Amino acid sequence: MRPFTEHTGRALPLDRSDVDTDQIVPARFLRRIERSGFGPLLFAEWRKDPGFVLNRPEFAGATILLAGPNFGSGSSREHAVWALEDAGFRSVIAPSFADIFRNNCCKIGVLPVELAQESVRALMDAVLDDPTTEITVDLQAMRVSAPAVHEAFEIDPYTRWRLLEGLDDIDLTLRNADAIDAYERTRPARLPSVTRA
Amino acid sequence: MRTPSTLAEKVWERHVVHRADGEPDLLYVDLHLVHEVTSPQAFEALRLAGRSVRRPDLTVATMDHNVPTVAGPVDPVSRTQMEALERNCTQAGITLFPTGDLGQGIVHVIGPQMGLTQPGLMIVCGDSHTSTHGAFGALAIGIGTSEVEHVLATQTLPQRTPKTMAVTVEGELPVGVSAKDVILGIIARIGTDGGVGHVVEYRGSAIRSLSMEGRMTVCNMSIEAGARAGMVAPDETTFAYLEGRPNAPSGSQWDEAIEDWRSLPTDEGATFDKEVSVEAADLRPHVSWGTNPGQTVTIDDLVPEPADEAAERALAYMDLRPGTAIRDIRPDTIFIGSCTNSRIEDLREAARVLDGRRVREGLRAMVVPGSMLVKRQAEREGLDTVFAAAGFEWRDAGCSMCLGMNPDQLSPGERCASTSNRNFEGRQGKGGRTHLVSPAVAAATAVLGHFATPEDLDG
Repeated sequence: MRPFTEHTGRALPLDRSDVDTDQIVPARFLRRIERSGFGPLLFAEWRKDPGFVLNRPEFAGATILLAGPNFGSGSSREHAVWALEDAGFRSVIAPSFADIFRNNCCKIGVLPVELAQESVRALMDAVLDDPTTEITVDLQAMRVSAPAVHEAFEIDPYTRWRLLEGLDDIDLTLRNADAIDAYERTRPARLPSVTRA
Repeated sequence: MRTPSTLAEKVWERHVVHRADGEPDLLYVDLHLVHEVTSPQAFEALRLAGRSVRRPDLTVATMDHNVPTVAGPVDPVSRTQMEALERNCTQAGITLFPTGDLGQGIVHVIGPQMGLTQPGLMIVCGDSHTSTHGAFGALAIGIGTSEVEHVLATQTLPQRTPKTMAVTVEGELPVGVSAKDVILGIIARIGTDGGVGHVVEYRGSAIRSLSMEGRMTVCNMSIEAGARAGMVAPDETTFAYLEGRPNAPSGSQWDEAIEDWRSLPTDEGATFDKEVSVEAADLRPHVSWGTNPGQTVTIDDLVPEPADEAAERALAYMDLRPGTAIRDIRPDTIFIGSCTNSRIEDLREAARVLDGRRVREGLRAMVVPGSMLVKRQAEREGLDTVFAAAGFEWRDAGCSMCLGMNPDQLSPGERCASTSNRNFEGRQGKGGRTHLVSPAVAAATAVLGHFATPEDLDG
């Protein structure tokens, strides 16, 4: 996983709540077997509208997404995070996230930052007012800074450590390989298993 | 004395492989369900890292999301994905139920059908509707592709401890109110993020009165309230459903299992982080009007005045005016299917309404059974004849129009009464408009051409 320590960039203000993963990447694009190349499919339907924020030249090159509450609801598709990552986004700032989306972000190093609704509003207003506004997301210090906004955010210490170090979850788990072996020996024989001839 | 604990806590505790301060618990996974869409990148990453599948015997795969539901050629893109799954399963020694196999079907339909979904298990799948399996008192969690890879490699999953939430529905469900209406009513009350961070346990006499199919419908849509999982305590209904199924325990192991399963329900005195109560008597058949499942009213209601900008956007997308009676809305298409409502009981319910009746002229109507075994069972009962006589297309098993990954899609502007779980913009096809309903309402609506309940047919 790509480590995340601190990132400074311009932001895309997506002022909508309950943005579901079907909007982030529609299902009909999930038939690919590759992990890359999802960036151009990001918000595929909404971006057909020339006025959609992602199409506005003043926001080109944004690397931080600002969004409304319950961002990433619905389907578990990690493709949604791959699309954001592939389109250049390093962090999403919103008042709240859906659980699976948040997990998926933390697995691949796109940082989900939860801030109070007023703070996200202030960041959106700042960016709408001046699209060249730069926002810094500092995971080390757990702070979001923009010219007019300075906010602390919370993240569980374990996830923070993993992101800062860019550690692979599977490697971490395999440090407990003995515990997995030991657990397996205690599983009752009646539990289901399937082997097909 | 042992501290009283909830069903979710008990199932969680028995799966802890490793616990350390400041770390998420490492949980053992009893059953990993795999399908063609969220797995290819996980298998590829495993290969690149030189890792193998730890427990192919605890992993079961099927093809459901993009499979065609009519005979004929498969588009090359979907074909590639299906072939990748076939190759990956063969290489890893994973049991696969591919298209054309009698065992094939929607992943959340075949697990229970095979008797693999059992009380007290930890079940995961790269699909958010994995919550379905919680109907048996299993802890069933939807995961992303990185987590699929993690489970393939280690048969475990690191998880933050969830909060617990009780949703209690007491009383007798009014006539015509189905499990779908129960869960839509709950989501309408708590909202699409009402369950975020929580494992929901559905409790109360109305929940206990539901069949396993009904409980699966309720648990299935837990994710639409944002919940990490939904559960129902196992009871005699659960045991009766499981007994004799191919992968259920038998003989002395069955007795051992029953004894264990009886210890799972939430202890008296156990507390939940959040509690919500719903009176069964207050529930009615529900119809969604907007673009998320929380934007739902009863069939007797009017399309509401928009309370915020999101609701305004939803109304514009759905091309609806506030104040319109739900019964005056006329769909173009009827879809009966999806992991929410494609089980045998759902098909029986719809067929009961359609028996001797015809789909309103000009409407497109299709039934997509949840699995090939459900299809075969329905055909044994003659339900296919009822559907066909009414004017419904009778398809093969798959996710189909629930998410429009295969050719079963809505056209732009097309309006659908759908027994599926998500009414998101474009979910059933670009520009399509989805109204979530129960199988009975879908069937009655097919006959009358506007949203209706079976009771309306007799009027």
